[in-house]
Amino acid sequence: MVPTFIEAIRETGHRSINAVWRIGMATRFFFLTLVYSGNSFRRFHLIVKELFSTGVLSLIIIVVAGLFVGMVLGLQGYETLRRYGSESALGSMVALSLVRELGPVVAALLFASRAGSAMTAEIGLMKATEQISAMEMMAVNPIARIVAPRFWAGVISMPLLAALFSAVGVLGGYFVGVIQIGVDEGSFWSQMQAAVDFRDDIMNGVIKSLVFGTVVTIIALFEGYDAPPTAEGVSGATTRTVVTSSLAILMLDFVLTAIMFRGT
Amino acid sequence: MVEIRDLHFAYDKRAVLKGINMTFPKGKLIAIMGLSGCGKTTLLRHIGGVLKPTKGHVKVGGQIIHDLDQDALYAMRRKMGMLFQFGALFTDLSVYDNVAFQMREHTSLTEELIRDLVLMKLHAVGLRGTQHLMPSELSGGMARRVALARAVALDPMLIMYDEPFAGLDPISLTVVGDLVRRLNDALGATTVLVTHDVQESLKIVDYVYFMENGVIVAEGTADEIRASDKAFVHQFVHGEIDGPLPFHYPGGDYRQDLNLRT
Repeated sequence: MVPTFIEAIRETGHRSINAVWRIGMATRFFFLTLVYSGNSFRRFHLIVKELFSTGVLSLIIIVVAGLFVGMVLGLQGYETLRRYGSESALGSMVALSLVRELGPVVAALLFASRAGSAMTAEIGLMKATEQISAMEMMAVNPIARIVAPRFWAGVISMPLLAALFSAVGVLGGYFVGVIQIGVDEGSFWSQMQAAVDFRDDIMNGVIKSLVFGTVVTIIALFEGYDAPPTAEGVSGATTRTVVTSSLAILMLDFVLTAIMFRGT
Repeated sequence: MVEIRDLHFAYDKRAVLKGINMTFPKGKLIAIMGLSGCGKTTLLRHIGGVLKPTKGHVKVGGQIIHDLDQDALYAMRRKMGMLFQFGALFTDLSVYDNVAFQMREHTSLTEELIRDLVLMKLHAVGLRGTQHLMPSELSGGMARRVALARAVALDPMLIMYDEPFAGLDPISLTVVGDLVRRLNDALGATTVLVTHDVQESLKIVDYVYFMENGVIVAEGTADEIRASDKAFVHQFVHGEIDGPLPFHYPGGDYRQDLNLRT
């Protein structure tokens, strides 16, 4: 009984120390990435190349998901607003839901699943096949050459993907609300235009997606860079990227929402 | 060029190198041989400044490599070339871009000049025709030859090869062996060759170190090694089963493991 209890305490302590150690390492990794980012901006084509794999290749999933989320919002929103005779507010409801919350959050979750996991697997495999060691032996800093361009590509593409998600979502809501159900088109767009504030809604959404992009990308890169150089190690790191990023997005979303929309 | 003195290294508590002393003079081709797991690659990583010794030192070009800060270490590594055991080609770059990588990173050469140099390096390893292929489209032996071309892309003064002959067909083996020797002589470089291939290595090397269990057990020129009457060297050079080098990893009694009655 006592040894089991002591073992449990020891295990908890070990896990806590390990968690704190990893947070510290990830923070150090983040600052090193910022410090060694100069090269990426001097050779911007490195970022552009990564923008293709992180951003452009994520377009399909973002557009399709955005369309369906917008259509569901149109349906659900109409059913709810109809009870209060406020169907004409459907446009503002769809737009505010997307721009403030669903756009940044769902796009970030999808980004973590598609681009984040791909980044982790790629860097983990580069480590497992000694490509990172080879780069170091060639006197090329892997954080400057591999990590920083991917980091900035993630930070740049995330707000753009979130904006696209929201835009397509609005079209999905329009399709279901106006074309399918028959909500007045004029009130759909005019209410939306009146309700959505550029600074309070759109800019706050952009800030959210920038934060999510930064967090998801650095988690993905760190997990890949820190992955044990084995097949099992890389697969574990990829899973951790998706799980940790998703939890971080949802947690940060609450914190940011509480800060941004307090009192509005 | 390289001076190793009383080098000790351990992974956690497992000692891998136990007091290694070696000297690699400029212009010489040195081979380090031994069974798998004897510490050869670990030694190579110390010369490259990747690992820090627990005791002793490694001097490259008169400087203790593991005491250098990052800038000085990178400056030193620009004068080195290393062929990794499995090639370690960058999988997101083509064969051409892999060989051009260091030229683009460390020099301000024009693309025209880089193109000529890359094609010359690839031609030397017989793979000029693969310039547009991706590493995934190459066989293991071809990937290693491309990696060799990349390792010597900037004409380094110290070239390290980790198992350059593994997985090569007989023709490639002879060509690569000859190339390793010619490169060393043409560049006036120092070459360190970690290998199992005794016969091919003895044709080209100036000096050989034999390692076993983290220590040097024999050394000498190629002729001295061939003529050596040391049981260890004889067994290794001739690939004999019986001798001081065990084939089996230490384990319990075989009959007991199989539950057989004695």
